[in-house]
Amino acid sequence: MKKRRLWSFPGGLKLPDHKSPSTQTPIAPAALPKQLVLPLQQHIGEPAEPVVNLGERVLKGQVIATAQGYLSAPVHASSSGQVVAIDNLPIPHPSGLSAPCIVIETDGEDAWGERQPVENYRQLNPSQLRNLIRQAGIVGLGGAGFPTFIKLNPGPEPRVETLILNGAECEPYITCDDLLMRERAEEIIQGIGVIGHALHARHCLIGIEDNKPDAYRALAATATEGIEVVPLPTRYPTGGEKQLIKVLTGQEVPSNGLPIDIGVVCHNVGTAVAVHRAINLGEPLISRIVTVTGSAVARPRNLEVLLGTPIRHLLTQCDTEIDCIDRLIMGGPMMGFTLHHDAAPVIKTTNCLLAGLQEGSRQPPVMPCIRCGACGEVCPVQLLPQQLYWHARAKELDKLQDYHLFDCIECGCCDYVCPSHIPLVHYYRYAKSEIWAQEQEREKADLARQRYEFRRQRREREQQERAARQQAKKAAVAPSASKTDKQAAIQAAVERARAKRTAQKKTIDETPPSQ
Amino acid sequence: MPFQFFSSPHLHQGKGISQLMFQVIYALVPAIALYVGYFGYGVLINIALAVIAALATEALMLITRQQPLTPFLTDGSAVVTAVLLALCLPPLNSWWVPVVGTAFALIFAKHLYGGLGYNPFNPAMVGYVLLLISFPKEMTTWLPVQELAAQPLSLKESLTWVFTGTSVQGIAIDALSGATPLDYTKTQLGLGQPMAEIRTHPLFGTLGGKGWEWINMGFLLGGLWLLYKRVISWHIPFAMVGSLLTLALLFQWLDPTTHPSALLHFVSGGTLLGAFFIATDPVTAAATPRGRLLYGVGIGCLTYIIRTWGGYPDGVAFAVLLMNMAVPLIDYYTPPRVFGQNRRP
Repeated sequence: MKKRRLWSFPGGLKLPDHKSPSTQTPIAPAALPKQLVLPLQQHIGEPAEPVVNLGERVLKGQVIATAQGYLSAPVHASSSGQVVAIDNLPIPHPSGLSAPCIVIETDGEDAWGERQPVENYRQLNPSQLRNLIRQAGIVGLGGAGFPTFIKLNPGPEPRVETLILNGAECEPYITCDDLLMRERAEEIIQGIGVIGHALHARHCLIGIEDNKPDAYRALAATATEGIEVVPLPTRYPTGGEKQLIKVLTGQEVPSNGLPIDIGVVCHNVGTAVAVHRAINLGEPLISRIVTVTGSAVARPRNLEVLLGTPIRHLLTQCDTEIDCIDRLIMGGPMMGFTLHHDAAPVIKTTNCLLAGLQEGSRQPPVMPCIRCGACGEVCPVQLLPQQLYWHARAKELDKLQDYHLFDCIECGCCDYVCPSHIPLVHYYRYAKSEIWAQEQEREKADLARQRYEFRRQRREREQQERAARQQAKKAAVAPSASKTDKQAAIQAAVERARAKRTAQKKTIDETPPSQ
Repeated sequence: MPFQFFSSPHLHQGKGISQLMFQVIYALVPAIALYVGYFGYGVLINIALAVIAALATEALMLITRQQPLTPFLTDGSAVVTAVLLALCLPPLNSWWVPVVGTAFALIFAKHLYGGLGYNPFNPAMVGYVLLLISFPKEMTTWLPVQELAAQPLSLKESLTWVFTGTSVQGIAIDALSGATPLDYTKTQLGLGQPMAEIRTHPLFGTLGGKGWEWINMGFLLGGLWLLYKRVISWHIPFAMVGSLLTLALLFQWLDPTTHPSALLHFVSGGTLLGAFFIATDPVTAAATPRGRLLYGVGIGCLTYIIRTWGGYPDGVAFAVLLMNMAVPLIDYYTPPRVFGQNRRP
């Protein structure tokens, strides 16, 4: 096999991967829970709008909430049952706040609604395919949750050179993509067919870190013409979209641009499977593979989980000692966030549940920055994390933007190596939200200023008009306003008044009596 | 069940400041052993006095500044400052020399600027320069290598001398002291001696000054270990040694009779201690990769200039302090190109 040339991105880390505990057993279906809690927002963008009523019986795969606006995705019932609540409930979100959810009490029949598979997707045009994928509620399954159909819309002219499938899975502990690639290589390749057709992509590269040899072999054996499976050196964060594109193509996505700007579109392997199921089997996105692992989990493994399954339900299935969990993380240990409650459900972006870490996390106390520069050495974006830290502490928001704060991908490399144990990423997130808040304030202020300006101008105009009117009146009166004509003026006014009175009297007389 | 909130990342490599600092100290062990071998116990006494003084000063300052004691006393930074300063002192000194130097370094160069991480100047070098310009006699009374000494001093004799200023055998320190190779070279060149003749003095060995050459090899070894352990990056030592050697080679080629060889520059004075242990002090050095190269080149060039045309035989300490001043400017103008961006800000 000819070896493909690979590139490298700056910085990055070799991390202990902790992947083996959850790869010992094949993917198993998770048990059907009594209740499914489906948040209306499981993706980036606008939340969906409920289209079911309380007490309504729904079937598996039935739309229960429709997309609202362009950047949105519908939600489907993941099993059959009855809608018992539409209410604010805990969701997996860093804020720990509750959000609107549809609760379905399952009936245990798991009965499918109507499914309409496409017989030959090649007969459909890209726009029809996109529509079907949109209706299937598919969002990126890698973790960010960007609605997939938007990424399948490359613009007016087809200019996609390369379709990249992200199977890097660089975060420690997470193995859902690994197992998916090992067991469902066929479905991934089928999904690539659909996506490739929708995008008119010339060729497809599947990037897999070389710590997943089984996944590589499975995909390489199944890959068809035009699909190349590429083993990548294991280095965090190779799975970052921009980093992966750099490693595979040598090209850098412009800092404020998108992969499409350099002719590349990148999808997660899980998304490809979801697309295949939506088009070829007519199944919307109602389940996903979730890695359940961590020091508190006695039987770490990967489960195929219906969306909306409460996390506690999954943890108990893997014999987790809930009391031993020091922190419950959704996602990986580097970029995932801690959950405030295990009652929250699995959503479209839940790739991993990490209950407790096998090794030490950041140790207090936080010491002063010694400017060692280790953070800068590992930064995959080549930022100056310590400068960002100083400016974030000093709340110098303009400076932060000068130092490209918004290019930070929050991968956590700087934080991982910091000998002073400074929560660097936390500072950056805080600074970003401060800047957003300030921008919102500014927009509000701009609007208020505009409104004020408008009002002022209107008042001025009115004043001017009034003045003009008065002047006109004066001008009309002026010729008779001389001292000698005063008498005449008074006479004229008296006459005018008399005339008015008679006119009024006349109108009243002429008015027909009311009936 | 509700859980506690933590911000990502949730993993940490575990290494803290104290591990970094103690790795620096371990890296100094070979050179210290060689130093003791060549110059006797005075070196160890200097180190011990400086470390004790450093910890005491640090504690006092932390209490004064109302800072927590344990994390800062155990971070190892004061110990590193003390050891580095002690290694720059003549091997046999009055006890107050290392004590005053360390105390000054920690109070004035470190804590008055805000403590760990906030000092613009390398504290060890500030302490050294203070001693050098305030007490020139004490700071230039070097012992000769033991094999050239009339009588090597025992530990007890060394201690007696350090604390009482008298030798057991009744020998005055002047009788024991001599010039360092760089010092000797400078004086002799000033007297118009050609380099070839100077090199024949018994002070010199195969590479440079007798004893000094091997102590410097000890620093080199420790420095390479620090590079391997990724405690320091290659930029500063490479740039500093590289620029110093380039200048030395250039002038050696222009006129070998009046300029010491590049090899002599390499293994003499503070070249390697400075390159790997002092210029690489993270707090006071430049932080960007290109900035570090510039910073190193600056130190290398200034060192050569001060050694050759300045008033002092060695210039590393002054070069480091001068370049410390330039660090904010260097860092400001040398940010790396951000991923995905074409132009530098």
